[in-house]
Parts: sequence; structure tokens; C-alpha cells
Amino acid sequence: MNSILSARDLTMVRDGKQILDIGELNVDQGEVVAVVGPNGAGKSSLLLTLALLEKATSGTIRLFGEIAGNGNLLALRRRIALVFQDALLLDTTVKRNVTVPMRIRGIPPQEANTRADKWLNQFGIAELSSRRARHLSGGEAQRTSLARAFALEPEILFLDEPFSALDYPTRKSLLLELGQILKQMRLTTVFVTHDYTEIPYFSENVAVLYNGRIIRRGSVREIFGDEILERKICVPWDM
Amino acid sequence: MEVILAGLAEAVRLLITGDPDVVDITLRTMQVSGISTLISVVIGIPFGTYLALTKFLGRGFVVSSVNFAMGLPPVVVGLIAWLMLARNGPLGALGLLYSPTAMILAQAVIASPIVAGFTLAAVQSMNPKLGLQILSFGSNRCQYILLLLWESRLGILAAIIAGFGRVIAEVGASMMVGGNIRGYTRVLTTATVLEVSKGQLELATALGIILLLLTFPITAALSYIQQRGKMP
Ligand SMILES: Nc1ncnc2c1ncn2[C@@H]1O[C@H](COP(=O)(O)OP(=O)(O)OP(=O)(O)O)[C@@H](O)[C@H]1O
Ligand SMILES: [Mg+2]
Repeated sequence: MNSILSARDLTMVRDGKQILDIGELNVDQGEVVAVVGPNGAGKSSLLLTLALLEKATSGTIRLFGEIAGNGNLLALRRRIALVFQDALLLDTTVKRNVTVPMRIRGIPPQEANTRADKWLNQFGIAELSSRRARHLSGGEAQRTSLARAFALEPEILFLDEPFSALDYPTRKSLLLELGQILKQMRLTTVFVTHDYTEIPYFSENVAVLYNGRIIRRGSVREIFGDEILERKICVPWDM
Repeated sequence: MEVILAGLAEAVRLLITGDPDVVDITLRTMQVSGISTLISVVIGIPFGTYLALTKFLGRGFVVSSVNFAMGLPPVVVGLIAWLMLARNGPLGALGLLYSPTAMILAQAVIASPIVAGFTLAAVQSMNPKLGLQILSFGSNRCQYILLLLWESRLGILAAIIAGFGRVIAEVGASMMVGGNIRGYTRVLTTATVLEVSKGQLELATALGIILLLLTFPITAALSYIQQRGKMP
């Protein structure tokens, strides 16, 4: 019962079609779990539901031991952070993109400023602080989005295919950097991807989603066998 | 061509000498259209935002009504306002007919749907995922709406420019409920119409040029704000 995040009997029906049917899903404190599955499997829907941004049709979600409901939605959302495939930045400077969400959560300006500098630096974009977000490259934008999420110091981090819009060198360096950061912080992370070659970079555990159901759950080795761990060095795009 | 040049010369003369009639008309034009635009902003932006963000029964009907109302002919608005405000009309007791207030009300009716419609389009054209991202910051309803409006600010300023452009240029409603009374409800458009009908083409052209001179810096200022865009 040390799950920091758990879902039970979660279903989601949209336009008369069942897109999620999750009997049980638990994520432990400090666990980095990859949710994999083909296009349309329901990965994004699951992630958005777990991050309390979309409403399930039925079922319960428990975060930090609390059952999520109308009364605590805002408070729970303020303890997590989310990174999408597209960086989805506000039309302002890089720095403000990082500080605004902190200000929304009531973090004092000084503290927000310090944290922003720290994480912009960590993701190697400190010198872009005053650049307008719309003048960033895809990789720089995604770094900003990651810095923004980490600066919030979330207790759970949700990532929805954060690298799939990036080119190979950018993707690889971000995978390596993020892997290192997550390992250091032991931050609980739910990482959605349809590209299983990304998994070994930082996830130990996997949930395989297919047609809205979790058909397998286990360690990377259990699910993919040993090859994938070796493949890390020679994935198709890693020459 | 001669008329236009003469009009230009006349406009310059009127402006340089500070012709009291022209100054009075110009100030009133700014006042009437400025206040009516302000009212339409206060009504139109929240209403357009509400329509963009809320699902409710009959929303489709309301949205098409707003879109329809964006093209309301000023004369028709003027006529309806006249019927309402006329002494024996439902609002006749207010005694507003042929007053600047009546003109402001009629112009606000013309501009509000324009501001609401453009705002609706601006907010709705945002990437819906951006809305989710903003929600994920832990924003409450108010913070959520303010950030979305900030992101739609180009479209919203376009809404204000369009509303203002429409009312400062309209003549039908002002004529009907204002009555073009000299020194009281005469504005640049109604004055221009009057001068044309009197055959005073140079003066009419001069008034038209002043109207352009007035509209241009105001829309230019709004465009400047729109294009500069700094976080408030
Ligand atoms: N609001 C909605 N209304 C109707 N159907 C929806 C809605 N949202 C998602 N779906 C459907 O649910 C299914 C799962 O969608 P989802 O985006 O969660 O898949 P995914 O696994 O993230 O796919 P991808 O790898 O392409 O991102 C899809 O078939 C999609 O068409
Ligand atoms: Mg998806």
C-alpha cells in the first residue's frame, strides 16, 4: 500500500466507444513506469485521466493516498506536473514560461526566479531565458517545457511522448539527460511512449496498454527480455 | 479630383484654424464611439469567452445568432432603437431619443456582437491541448481564463479594432436616434452626409478626411499594442 498513484476500475467512454478499461494500476513512490502501446491504444487518455485533467466515466483515482474528487482536484493538480509531445508554451519569454506556473501555485517570485534559473541551467538553456518562446527550436522548446515541469518540483511527473516530435540527436541527448535527472531525484514518473526503444533510457517498469486495457505489467526485462537492454546501444536510429 | 483636393485644403484649413464646429463634432464622435466601443468590450469579451469555453444546451443557436448579429445593418439597429426610444415606445419614458446617449446605446448594440464574435473565434482557435497544459499548472478558473485570454490577445485586439471601426464609420443608427442635431448629436459621419446633401462637397470631403485622420491613429495605436505584446 505504498502506491503514490493508483487507479481502480477506471473506464472511459467517448462517443459511445470504450477507450479505457483499467482494472487496476498502481505506481509506487519513486517508480519510473513507461506506458507503451500502439497509436490509439488510449495512452494519452490514461495519462490525462491520471493527471486529473480529464474525467473518467467511472472508477477511482487515488493520489498521495487521497481519492481524487471535486473538492481536492486543484490541490492535487498542484502536486504534479505534465509534459506533452508539443511543448505548448505561452507566448512570452522562456523565463516567464517557467515562472508563471510556479506563480499560479503560489510560489513567491524570488523563489520562482531561483528555481527557474536552476532548471533552465540544468537543461542547458539558461542563455535563452529572455528569448521569446515562439522563436525557439523544437528541442529548445521541449527543454523549456521540461524545465517548467521540474521547476514545479512535482511529486509525480507525467510525460506524454515528450520526445517524439524531436530529431534524433536532440531526442537522444534529452533522453540521456532526463534519465540522469530522474535517477538522481528518484522522482515518480509516468512516461507514455509508442517507441519502446526509448524505454531503457530511464524506466525500470512497463505497463503495456492495448485497446484501452493494461495487458502486461512488469519490469523492462520481464516484458521485453534482455535484448532491449542491449538494443539501447544499437536502436535503429542510434548509429 | 478637384473636389478632393479642395476638400483636403479645406480640411487642413479647418484643422489649423481649429474651427469650433469641427472640433465639437470631432470630439463628440470620439466620445460616442469610444464609449460605445468600451461598452461592447465589457459585454463582448466576457460573453465571447463564455461561449468559447462552455458547453450548454442551445449553444449552437446562440453562436449562430452572434455571428448573424455581427452583420446587423446599422440602419436596422437604428430603426429598432428609434421605435424603442420614441415617446410612445416601450422605453420612451426615458426621454433618450435624439441624445448622444441614444447613439451610444445603438452603437453598443452594433459593436457588441462583433467583439463577442471575434473573441469567440480567437479563444476557440487556441490549441485545446494548451488549455489542458494551463490546467495542469494548477490554475483555478480565473487564472485559466486570464492565461487563455492572454494567449488570444491578438485576436481580441482585432475584435476591439473591428468593433471600433464599425461604430465610428456607421451613419444610419446615429442619424436615426441622434437626429444630427448641431452642437448636440452631430458626429463626423452624419455631418458628412448633411454637407453632401447641401451640396457642400468641399466641406463634406474635409469632414471625411478628418474621420480618416481620426480613425487611423486610433487603430494604429491598437495595432501597435497588438503587435508589441508584452506580458502584463
Ligand atoms: N474526446 C474523444 N472523443 C472520442 N474519441 C476519443 C476522444 N479522445 C480519444 N478518443 C479515441 O480514443 C482512442 C485512444 O486515444 P488516445 O489519444 O488516448 O490514444 P494514444 O494511445 O495516446 O494514441 P497515440 O499514440 O496516437 O497518441 C482513440 O481511438 C481516439 O480516437
Ligand atoms: Mg497520445
